[in-house]
Amino acid sequence: MNYQQPDPRGHFGQFGGRYVAETLMPALLELEKSYNECQADPSFRAEFEAYLKNYVGRPSPLYFARRLTEHLGGAKIYLKREDLNHTGAHKVNNTVGQILLARRMGKRKVIAETGAGQHGVATATVAALFGMQCDIFMGTEDIRRQALNVFRMKLLGATVHDVTSGTATLKDAMNEALRYWVTHVRDTFYVIGTVAGPHPYPQMVRDFQAVIGQEAKAQILEVEGRLPDVAVACIGGGSNAMGLFYPFVNDQKVRLLGVEAAGLGVATGKHAASISAGRVGVLHGNKTYLLQDADGQIQHAHSVSAGLDYPGVGPEHAYLKDLGRAEYVSVTDDEALAAFRMLTEMEGIIPALESAHAIAYLLKLAPELPTDAIILVCLSGRGDKDIHTVAEAMGFEL
Amino acid sequence: MSNISKTLRALKEQGKKALVTFITAGDPDLDTSEKIVHTLIESGVDLIELGFPFSDPMADGPTIQFASERALESGTTLRGILDMVTRVRQHSNVPIILMGYFNPVFCYGPELFARDASAAGVDGLLLVDLPPEEADELHPLLKQAGIDLITLLAPTTGAQRSAQLAAAGEGFLYYVSMTGVTGSKQVDATAIAAAVSELKAQSPVPVAVGFGVSTPADAAAVAGIADAVVVGSALVKLIAEKSASPDLLDAVGIFARALKKAI
Repeated sequence: MNYQQPDPRGHFGQFGGRYVAETLMPALLELEKSYNECQADPSFRAEFEAYLKNYVGRPSPLYFARRLTEHLGGAKIYLKREDLNHTGAHKVNNTVGQILLARRMGKRKVIAETGAGQHGVATATVAALFGMQCDIFMGTEDIRRQALNVFRMKLLGATVHDVTSGTATLKDAMNEALRYWVTHVRDTFYVIGTVAGPHPYPQMVRDFQAVIGQEAKAQILEVEGRLPDVAVACIGGGSNAMGLFYPFVNDQKVRLLGVEAAGLGVATGKHAASISAGRVGVLHGNKTYLLQDADGQIQHAHSVSAGLDYPGVGPEHAYLKDLGRAEYVSVTDDEALAAFRMLTEMEGIIPALESAHAIAYLLKLAPELPTDAIILVCLSGRGDKDIHTVAEAMGFEL
Repeated sequence: MSNISKTLRALKEQGKKALVTFITAGDPDLDTSEKIVHTLIESGVDLIELGFPFSDPMADGPTIQFASERALESGTTLRGILDMVTRVRQHSNVPIILMGYFNPVFCYGPELFARDASAAGVDGLLLVDLPPEEADELHPLLKQAGIDLITLLAPTTGAQRSAQLAAAGEGFLYYVSMTGVTGSKQVDATAIAAAVSELKAQSPVPVAVGFGVSTPADAAAVAGIADAVVVGSALVKLIAEKSASPDLLDAVGIFARALKKAI
């Protein structure tokens, strides 16, 4: 298999593309051109890698979860520790890349949408590093759920815009960021946090996040002398999953498994499982699987995890699903919360609620596999930001 | 020649400018929208733009966002709007353009939409988030059905791209007067005069200017440089303010006549 996606116009099969207002088209064409130039420029790559090493703290460790493995009694479980990155999640890999690109393009202002606040914090952090003006768009509901991250962004000098429209979550934050970008497109760089949005974002974010899979592949080869049997990651928009999967796409024997948020259960309609339960449509600049009603109106997503609370998914995941190259499953809020506690108690690692979805699926997956099988899991972020949500779910007053 | 082209050409031959008005269909409900459309036609509006609501109107300011929300709350669907167009067509031949976002059309099914819209008497379609680069799955079907796909141009559109888009224009070109969302700023006719006249020179079809045209004075200024003037948010705002009032249709009529007189 020689996987080469997207096509020159940003399509992954029928998915992806560039569905935006004309005002933004020239900016996207300029971005694509600049990105292609930087990709071909070894000095850009070197600068990116230097910041990943010295500022983010890469490579992140690959950790063998011994007690979890023994407890589940099946395959060996390795965790790719993106939670140990500076700012506590994989998001910063991408913000370093995009902001270095923004600097090369001569942009002095950046904006970003955020759900859980991890991407907002990562953007505000790198903006502070380079002394750039930073505006973050965040839904009111998420501001409530993620008060700690909101304060972190403010400390980092960012302006946090409270988005009250629609469902006041990630999708609406992205609408508002797009509206702001339409108005300030001449001097502002939009740092999209996931592998969604108009071309070239899905490709660009994937490429910046691919460091996750590249490192993990080298690390597992070093420790085990072979590739993993399964690579598992949680999926909201899908950036940590795409970053993990991409370097393995041509390795047909490695199963790629994305875990979506089933919220209260896919059957209840209150979930965020766009691939498992959505239909093809167009939102936020790309064609992909979306939660929508019969008339094409976008429906509310639901997940206990703010970072997965999005009614769409990156177009490349939609493509990999249709291609049959990746499998997509889902776990509920309750399963994720139980996994959150399990990893905390068993390994002394407090995972982000997003990452806890990937962990939760291990309960089903690991016992089914032989003890010499290898599962590689992306632990995309740490859970400090979720302590309030978890306490609330456990009925514990802080 | 399409109904839009015929109408615009006839106005041009009389030395007149076209008044285009936008309302969100279904705000506050489709019955009221239908009455508003009749009032607009009676008041001399030359082309009617009917917005169909979308849950995530990314290029719209608060006025049209809220109008879309109200339309969705009143149960408005694309099918319902096409039925309304069918009824309007029994009384009037005024060009009708549907405007909105791609997903509801995609979800309806491009083929089915082209057929049903044509049968209802829709003359044009304007999709904010469907640039020509992505229009391949819809454009040929619309062409077959005799529906113009209206092209948008913005101040950020460079010279080369403008020339390309203009050359392929159908019905009319819609020049977005500012870099921003709908209804956010007031149009500055002097600032855009050069761009609009260049576009007119390149375009085989008339040029309309919209975004930020909210008063008869704005409309007069824009009419000085463009072939057609589009008024949207200001009218939507008026409808929102008067929707519970018995004066609604009178207020709409007064506003439309003032705009028409000004151009």
